[in-house]
Amino acid sequence: MHELSLVTSLFEILEAKARDEKALRVTAVTLRVGRLSGVVPELLETAFDTFKKGTIASRAKLRVEIVPLKVRCRSCGKESLADEPVFACSSCASPGLEIMEGQELTLQRMEIEKDD
Amino acid sequence: MEKREVLVLKDILGTNKKIAAGIREKLRTKGILSVNLMSSPGSGKTTLLESLAERFQGRFRMAVIEGDIETERDAERIRAKGIPAWQITTGGACHLEAKMVGKVLAEVPADLDFLFIENVGNLVCPASYDLGESLRFVLLSSPEGDDKPKKYPAAFLSSNVLVLTKADLIPHLPFDPAQARREALEINPRLDIFEVSALTGQGMDGIAAFLISALKKLRSGYA
Repeated sequence: MHELSLVTSLFEILEAKARDEKALRVTAVTLRVGRLSGVVPELLETAFDTFKKGTIASRAKLRVEIVPLKVRCRSCGKESLADEPVFACSSCASPGLEIMEGQELTLQRMEIEKDD
Repeated sequence: MEKREVLVLKDILGTNKKIAAGIREKLRTKGILSVNLMSSPGSGKTTLLESLAERFQGRFRMAVIEGDIETERDAERIRAKGIPAWQITTGGACHLEAKMVGKVLAEVPADLDFLFIENVGNLVCPASYDLGESLRFVLLSSPEGDDKPKKYPAAFLSSNVLVLTKADLIPHLPFDPAQARREALEINPRLDIFEVSALTGQGMDGIAAFLISALKKLRSGYA
């Protein structure tokens, strides 16, 4: 349950970007959340909705894109995608997969309103 | 009014990672090996440190940063062994962050060999936060059960060392250390694994030797 702490960091980035862009309002925020990032999207949404009150993003909608796990086998080199955590290669069964995607926690983009 | 979409592409943990990298570099320059200890509450992190303090006494200098939600209790236990300790009370937060460690670091003496950072007892959230450590230890005590690695993969995936603690209780429990090892190694084959009882001293020399060797590697620039 460290979602509130993550949302605090998210707002630091969001508010800095909004200032750079001279935005009047942030109306939508898109995050990419890896399947193995240790974050629960529902809790992130609750934390976001609590935190946004009184900020430039007070009416913003949060969109969470889940990034599936992308792994590469260190033995045979096979790459595969998975929705659930996997620990062995689907092709040669070797353990110790290199995780290429699925751990990220990225503020991908946001929708802003500004004066013409 | 113009409405448009802007790309940001920023890592939400980016600030924490940056602070952690600074801490790691600072400690490395001073030749201090830092270890982040993670586990559930009650797995034996503080007891492991007390036992190491006894083994290192008069040979190596160690200090401890304790993370807890409330109370100075753990820091007091460490100080009772003659080891300098700083308590970070997070007041509710379930993990330590690099900036919390950074604040305490200014008070930590520079002439140390080992700096242990005992994280808040929690097998989930601490895994996401780099504290600038050289090594990450995850502890799993026998009463917790041998099925935990796959239930909490991030902690095992991000660690260098697994310490199976409370080994003296294994004869009384349905805990299979071989099964715990197997699961953990399936997640992370590069884990070094130790089975210890801080109470009886079983396996403690092995951990102490591992830490001393890691310290030598750090100082010779290979870590």
